[in-house]
Amino acid sequence: MSEYLVQFNNISKFFGKVIALKDVTMRLRKGEIMCLLGDNGAGKSTLIKTLAGVHKPDEGEIIFEDKKIVFDSPRDALDIGIGTVYQDLALVSLMSVTRNFFMGREPQKGIPFFKSFDVEKANKIAAERMGQIGIDVRDPSQAVGTMSGGERQCLAISRAIYFGAKVLVLDEPTSALGVHQASMVLKYIVKAASEGLAVILITHNVHHAYPVGNSFTVLNRGRSMGTFQKKDISREKLLSMMAGGEELDKLEVELKEMDRVAKT
Amino acid sequence: MSVKSQSIQSKKQTRQDERLKKISPLRVLLNRPELGALGGSILVFIFFGIVAGDTGMFSAYGTLNFLDVSANLGIIAIAAAMLMIGGEFDLSIGSMIGFAGICIAIPAIYWGWPLWMSITFAFAMAVLIGYFNGIMVVKTGLPSFIVTLAMLFILRGATLAITRLITGRTQVPGLRVLIEDDPIAWIFATDTFQWLFTWLGKMKLIALRTDGTPLATGIPPSVIWFIALTLFATWILMKTRYGNWIFASGGDKVGATNVGVPVGRVKISLFIGTAVASTIFACIQVLDAGSADTMRGTLKELEAIAAAVVGGCLLTGGYGSAIGAALGAIIFGTVSMGIFYTDVDTDWFKVFLGAMMLIAVVFNNYIRRKVTENK
Repeated sequence: MSEYLVQFNNISKFFGKVIALKDVTMRLRKGEIMCLLGDNGAGKSTLIKTLAGVHKPDEGEIIFEDKKIVFDSPRDALDIGIGTVYQDLALVSLMSVTRNFFMGREPQKGIPFFKSFDVEKANKIAAERMGQIGIDVRDPSQAVGTMSGGERQCLAISRAIYFGAKVLVLDEPTSALGVHQASMVLKYIVKAASEGLAVILITHNVHHAYPVGNSFTVLNRGRSMGTFQKKDISREKLLSMMAGGEELDKLEVELKEMDRVAKT
Repeated sequence: MSVKSQSIQSKKQTRQDERLKKISPLRVLLNRPELGALGGSILVFIFFGIVAGDTGMFSAYGTLNFLDVSANLGIIAIAAAMLMIGGEFDLSIGSMIGFAGICIAIPAIYWGWPLWMSITFAFAMAVLIGYFNGIMVVKTGLPSFIVTLAMLFILRGATLAITRLITGRTQVPGLRVLIEDDPIAWIFATDTFQWLFTWLGKMKLIALRTDGTPLATGIPPSVIWFIALTLFATWILMKTRYGNWIFASGGDKVGATNVGVPVGRVKISLFIGTAVASTIFACIQVLDAGSADTMRGTLKELEAIAAAVVGGCLLTGGYGSAIGAALGAIIFGTVSMGIFYTDVDTDWFKVFLGAMMLIAVVFNNYIRRKVTENK
């Protein structure tokens, strides 16, 4: 048994003549949060879709719990325990918390052919799970549209974990959120990792990534610029790798502003 | 960390308590899709109770009359509502009714098929056509409005052309004699609870004909079908996995697909549902009239959609209820019959129908904003 829960070795993906990904390697241990950083167009989305089983890699291999895995569909990735939370969250705002939580995997009861959706059980589990992450759902039949962005994000993550995710792939979970909401989501991600999940956090926001990440992989134009442990790299260094040095000055100003806001 | 999280949590608690106080019982009621239709139907009954209370509209005979009309519309409105919740439209409902009618009548009268066989044939055709509608919408990604509009013309045209080709006419009469002794036809053609009406007649509680039999002979089959379908559809929507998939498919196709809901299959089955409901409608009407007419069901698709909308279905999908659609149908049925008992010219019925729908759409829009945005 290797020390890694999941390994993505030398993954390449081509779309016609376009090299979307080339030789990207990522390895994750249980309980580790790896942040995948990169500017727009760096290949983050392609990599996520490859992890989630939407794309098949043209080169390279995926090794999960020491077994080589080939995904034919997103369902396969889900089945072995790679849970992906996309940016759109796959939540229906007109539907209730419970109905969203169990969407596609509703618990059933009753005799064959007359099986019914066990709403009571589902309500109980949904309220319980949301309670665990500090979101007090006063009525699990309330529409998701009434929840805040951070709460929705937590609901989507909580759902992925409940349905057996061992590796959690989060696509820009904080990009649309304010400072308070973002910290609530990040706190939950840390909690999930501390319970033994491996988390891949995709973001272009170093300020969100740096405090929670254990290691950082930087993508640039489809290639990995390497994976760094937190002790080996500073926030500033990460920023400059991601965005290129010339943007650093501008970002530094922003960074100071963020620190100021965080302190107050 | 834990101290910090606790303080955040307790802060949250107080904030939510504040919010709790603001939620009035009215808001809770407003979150039910059928509220508008319920209020509307109560208003309609109060109105006719005052205006037409002593005219015989609410006698046993009069009541069954407007219930029959409501029920017929309700059968297709419920299927249309389920499809709308699933995010699609079916404009071919009316044409399907006409087509199903001749699928029953022509084989039975001209080819000598037993009635049960031609009824089965009509349902088989409905499944095929519904499947075709569904697969076209799902595979091409075209709006269902366009696909089923095409089917509206195709089916109506085919109904007329085939009937004229085979019979030389546009009507196929002579079915009534076949109903007796048929093993299936009674399902669509029997008045139930006749004993009750006979008894009520004997007790002189309801109006009698001159020969002593009651004027209202029993509950028409449409009403039984209507009640059964309302209950069945409500059970499906609220209490089954498939029901959740219907809401999900209509609410957010991409999201539903991402979590493993078979959106395509759900939509195809709902299109089959509207075609089958149209055929149930056709069976009841054709067997009741004893004849099939190529124009039967014209414009029924729009009435069905109107009833679903009045019943709280959103045109954009993902929201609505079967009970709402049933109430919508009752509103339309009651007004269309009740208007005869008043001094109002029946020509005004369509004006009412349109106005009712406009009010319903505005109201529903408001509801949706309340449901999705009351943060």
